Parts: sequence; C-alpha cells; structure tokens
Amino acid sequence: MVIKDITAADVSGDYETREITFHDGSTRTVLVVDEEVPYPDGRLIVSVTDLEGRITECNKSFVDMSAYSREELIGAQQCILRHPDIPSEIYADLWSTIKAGNKWQGYIKNLRKDGRYYWVLATIIPTVRDGEIVGYASVRRKPSRKKIEEFVAQHLSA
Amino acid sequence: MTLINTVSPDFPPTHIAGWFIFNTWLQNTLNERVRLELHDSFSQQQDAIQSDGVDMIYANPADAALLVREKGFVGVARPANHADEAVIVVADSSPVQAVEDLSPEVRIALTAQPDVNTMGMIMLEPADVTPSTATKLERDTYVLVAKALMDGDADVGFFLKDAYENLSSIVRSKLRVLVTSDIQVVRHGLMLGPRMQQHRQVLLDALLNMNSTENGKEILSNLGFDAWEEFRSEDVEFMIDLMETLTT
Repeated sequence: MVIKDITAADVSGDYETREITFHDGSTRTVLVVDEEVPYPDGRLIVSVTDLEGRITECNKSFVDMSAYSREELIGAQQCILRHPDIPSEIYADLWSTIKAGNKWQGYIKNLRKDGRYYWVLATIIPTVRDGEIVGYASVRRKPSRKKIEEFVAQHLSA
Repeated sequence: MTLINTVSPDFPPTHIAGWFIFNTWLQNTLNERVRLELHDSFSQQQDAIQSDGVDMIYANPADAALLVREKGFVGVARPANHADEAVIVVADSSPVQAVEDLSPEVRIALTAQPDVNTMGMIMLEPADVTPSTATKLERDTYVLVAKALMDGDADVGFFLKDAYENLSSIVRSKLRVLVTSDIQVVRHGLMLGPRMQQHRQVLLDALLNMNSTENGKEILSNLGFDAWEEFRSEDVEFMIDLMETLTT
C-alpha cells in the first residue's frame, strides 16, 4: 500500500524520524513528536472502511483529532493513523479478529499528521450486509488513563 | 384492520399532544385507521413489540436491532439535524470538577432511556467506571434524577441534553454540567412493521414534504423538529452497528 510520508513541513517542534512496515511489506516514513493530544470529553471518533481498510466515511471528530483534512482521509488507508510504537502483532490480532467476523476492542496510540499522538479505546466490528462482510465500522472513545498505563507496561515497555 | 403506532417512551411530555396530532395527520395521509398507543415504560413497549402489537414506532436507536433483526421493521424517516446527546450532571456543590475525579463506585441517577444511559456510561469510562462498579439509581423522570442529585442521593445524573435544558432555571441553578456528549450520530427514527410497509413510499413522500405547508410546519413544531429526512436501510444498519460498538 502507498501512504504519503509525514514530512518536516507537517510537524512543529522536535521530532524523531521512524519507519513503519506494513503487513504487505510496504513502508512509510513518519515523523514522531513526543507530545500527547488529550482526547476531548464527550466525543466519539467514528469511521467506516471497505474490506481493504480504505476509509469511506468518517465523522468530524475523526477529522479534528487526526489533523488531516477530510479530503486527505476519504479513500486513504485507515493505517494512515498507525503509530510506530504500537507493535504490529496488535494490528495482526485486530485484522484476524474482524476478518473472522468478530468484534475487536483494544487500546491504540494513534499518530496525527502533525506527528503528535492520542490514545483511544477502539471498537471495530465487521459491517455485515445481506450476510456478507462488506467493510468495517470503527468507534473510538476516551480511554481510562489507568488502562493506558497497563497497556503501555504490557506492550510498549522496552 | 387498525394499525398501531407508538412512540418511544423517552419523548418529552410537552410533545404528547403533538404526537396525537401527528397520528391524525397519519390517518388522513394513509387513509387507514391508525391508533396511537403510548407506553409508560421501555419494558411495556418491549412487550408490545415482542407480541407484534406495534406497526409503526418512533424508535430509540437502542431498539433498532430488535425491530429490524427480529421483527422485520424498516426505516422510513427521521428528524433532520436532530441527534440525541447526553449530559452528565453533578450537584452544583459537588467537589467533582472532571469525570476523572469520580470514583469507580459512583452512584448514578438515571432514567430508563437506553441510548442516553449507554452514552453516559461511555463518558464515565475514563474514571474506570463500569456497570459492575457503579450503583445505578433508576428514576421515572429527569426531574427525579435532578432531585436525587440535589438531595445527595446520587453523585452524577444522566440526562438527555434536551431534557436537561428543559428543566426549570431554578433546578438548573443547583446543578452543574460535568460533560456533554458531542456524538452527532445517535438518532431516533420512524420505523414501519411488516403490516405497514406497503405505505412506506407514500408516507415518506408526505413526511419529506411536511415542512412545505403551514399545517405541516405546525405539526413538526409540536413534535420539536424542523423537518424529516429519509431513514434509509443503510442508515438503520449503521445505527445498529454503532449501538453494538457502544454497548461493550
């Protein structure tokens, strides 16, 4: 897959250059800023993708938190938000779960276009129409700090 | 044959007359006998749905899955630009300033309105509140939810945003909004059961044109809306998907 790299023009402040390798072997260069953007109270981030993970619909909260424009997001792969800190095993588990027709829920650190990040509790379900999976619906909500700390200790500690 | 129309019990009491006027309009539009039956509670309404005693319903989104998957209902229309939003409220004297200040063992005053309660519980998750840690104090009306807060019987209360804003200014002066949802996509809708689906297109056309006549505008005003928009099959399916993601 081809996802546009994050460039220095997109970020401000100190950043680290990282490379993400996707399941198909393709790579993306991203610039990572060590600054969290707080998840706003009361919001839900909602998106719908096709079977290949391309975003077909998203709400305003999705656009606002991603720092991309809606035009940049529609048609892009959902993994445009992938943060290099999240192990690929997490995404492998996510995809195998939803492709099997089941619901997946977990904590995710998302990467914004400006290199900063935000944490979410994500729930993803297959969208089934006439008995066939035609895509996936994702809803993210504000997570518990305690649960994020537990996740970081379990999955992200070096 | 008399068809049965009903309205989700969470509609504002000030709109009761509006729904009876709407039902009269409905009979004239379809040239069918339609009786409006209002239920006092969601459980009574569920019993009516389960026993096939409902042909048309202005449905809470939490009931969409049951109506579509088990009872063969289809969407017809929903209020345009009219989403359900929830507010979490504390007593004005409460030391709690943010959701994260709450303990997981919080006492919640709430009504039986399922979508509001779902949104409310999601907004408490950052405080590690879960259905098993919280104590729920169910009240019949939002006024009684407010009273539970003012009397110190509950730490937080869940309100439909519109209902909270309709409380008297005296009551609201003793309360404080902790957080308001901005979800935008949880919405009620009109749905038709199998015995009424032959009328879907005629009814849809009439509903979409309702705001183009003075009489229609008055009916809409009495329901608290400005206009209807089509509630397509895909909209209904999306609502069902959305509620599924929110209830885990």
